[in-house]
Amino acid sequence: MKHEIYQDPEVIRAALDLKTVAIVGLSGKELRASNFVGRYLKYHGYRVVPVNPVEAEILDLKCYPSLGEIPGRVDIVNVFRLPDAVPAIARDAIAIGARCLWLQFGVINAEGAGIAFEAGLDVVMDRCLKVEHARYLGRMHWFGLNTGRISARRARSV
Amino acid sequence: MTDRDFGFETRTVHAGSRPEPTTGARAIPIFQTTSYVFEDTEAAAAYFNLQEYGNTYSRIMNPTVAAFEERIANLDGGAGAVAFASGLAAQSAALFTLLRPGDHVIASAALYGGTITQFKHLLGKLSVELDFVDPDNIDAWRSAIKDNTKLLFAETIGNPGGNILDIEAVAECAHEYNCPLMIDNTFATPYLCRPLEWGADIVVYSATKFLGGHGTSLGGVVVDSGEFNWSNGRYPVVADPSPAYHGLAFHETFGVYGYLAKLRAETLRDLGAAISPFNAFLLAQGVETLPLRMRQHVANARTVAEFLAADLRVSRVMYPGLATSKYTHRVDKYLPRGAGAVFCFDLPGGRENGRRFIEALTLFSHLANVGDAKSLVIHPASTTHRQLNEQELAAAGIGPGTIRLSIGIEDASDLIWDLEQGLAALETRS
Repeated sequence: MKHEIYQDPEVIRAALDLKTVAIVGLSGKELRASNFVGRYLKYHGYRVVPVNPVEAEILDLKCYPSLGEIPGRVDIVNVFRLPDAVPAIARDAIAIGARCLWLQFGVINAEGAGIAFEAGLDVVMDRCLKVEHARYLGRMHWFGLNTGRISARRARSV
Repeated sequence: MTDRDFGFETRTVHAGSRPEPTTGARAIPIFQTTSYVFEDTEAAAAYFNLQEYGNTYSRIMNPTVAAFEERIANLDGGAGAVAFASGLAAQSAALFTLLRPGDHVIASAALYGGTITQFKHLLGKLSVELDFVDPDNIDAWRSAIKDNTKLLFAETIGNPGGNILDIEAVAECAHEYNCPLMIDNTFATPYLCRPLEWGADIVVYSATKFLGGHGTSLGGVVVDSGEFNWSNGRYPVVADPSPAYHGLAFHETFGVYGYLAKLRAETLRDLGAAISPFNAFLLAQGVETLPLRMRQHVANARTVAEFLAADLRVSRVMYPGLATSKYTHRVDKYLPRGAGAVFCFDLPGGRENGRRFIEALTLFSHLANVGDAKSLVIHPASTTHRQLNEQELAAAGIGPGTIRLSIGIEDASDLIWDLEQGLAALETRS
């Protein structure tokens, strides 16, 4: 299943313009993918909010046990959990007024994506937030990776 | 701004080279630098930890090289690519990244002689087992598979026998046993065939040949589809935490980019066969005219092959694009734009007539290369495939009187005129 409707480049680019990213399942272990993504997003100026019921602090940021306990606005709910956990997370994302549900590589759950989509959230599935940032705004092309970007326009910054 | 699926020819010119943002330079700038100044210590650490995409040292990455890499990855429809100092360097690195001692590789018996030597002797020294199989026999591939088989390897168009691989069937066979299929697509280039679209997992090139196209620069490149599941339990060397990179589990952490990240951050780093930025620039420049050149290469090759096939002084022409070839149906499927521009033919009278033929030519260059804009000629049994024994030569389709041509982009009529000179010099039997 290619789930293209949840990989729309316009939706992805719009999400990259948002500010606050709650990362559900962010690991405190430095070599885990979620930690790479959290560190990268923090470095690139996003307000990262770790959601992890076990840890107190990750990447020097205070952890919250659930989405509902985060004070203030959350724009993107970024999910690093097993696919089965997605429907409940989607309902939480709707409840806190998030604008986008972003499911990482391999976090594929059509039911959960559908719940968020029906409630009017932008949904991205089976894509990495770090990779998409690096593709459109960052330096993914420095590593010989296929960004798919073709343009003769001069960018304003790297 | 909507995303458009740009055509192949647009991508040969644009992929990997958006205008350089600092200066506005439109051509790909040549970043002739060994190293890069870090913004601060935190950035330096993040670059070395692969937490941020950052340049550290040109043995591992360089922006000019990256433009060439992205261009090839894009044309092949891969997740990314890593370039090397030569085709054989690229191939070694592609192998080293996924193999370890005790593994088993199955390769086509009809390969470039340098590849056969590399597989047989270099892999042998590393205690990797090897079996060569008839690439046309799918049962031979299947029956060679063992518990420790970790890779199937073949060329799209065999060098120099012109075997056309049934890529889709061999890929299915590989995947049935949770193995990747690696294809050397040097002779086809992504203009004529894109093996990833037929199920291959990794594609390697000698970019020295048609990609660069002008015989100026050595280079190689590995393209990965990103789709093979290295975490299937059979590839701990890719999937397990790496002792050579502070415990990083490349496939788990980088997903579709895992193999490529390991290929660059470990294998290229450790083997050190980095391509020079200037060579990468020349190769990327060559790719801009790839479709134009390939059209002329294959049109000339067909004309020349038909000329030779019709000449009674020639005993056999092994151009898969001929209507009489046994590979016609595979050419139609995998190479609809043409069956490449490198092929062999046999002269009666063996080695002596081979010598007479080559020495009578004045337009074909006698040298050990293929894929130049200029037409080339060589006698494989005494040069490119010299390390092979009789049996291996026969398996690769090479006889004592076999001549290999690489057809360039000159006027076809001039090429035929030159070949006539060669044929006129043959010793005819009474």
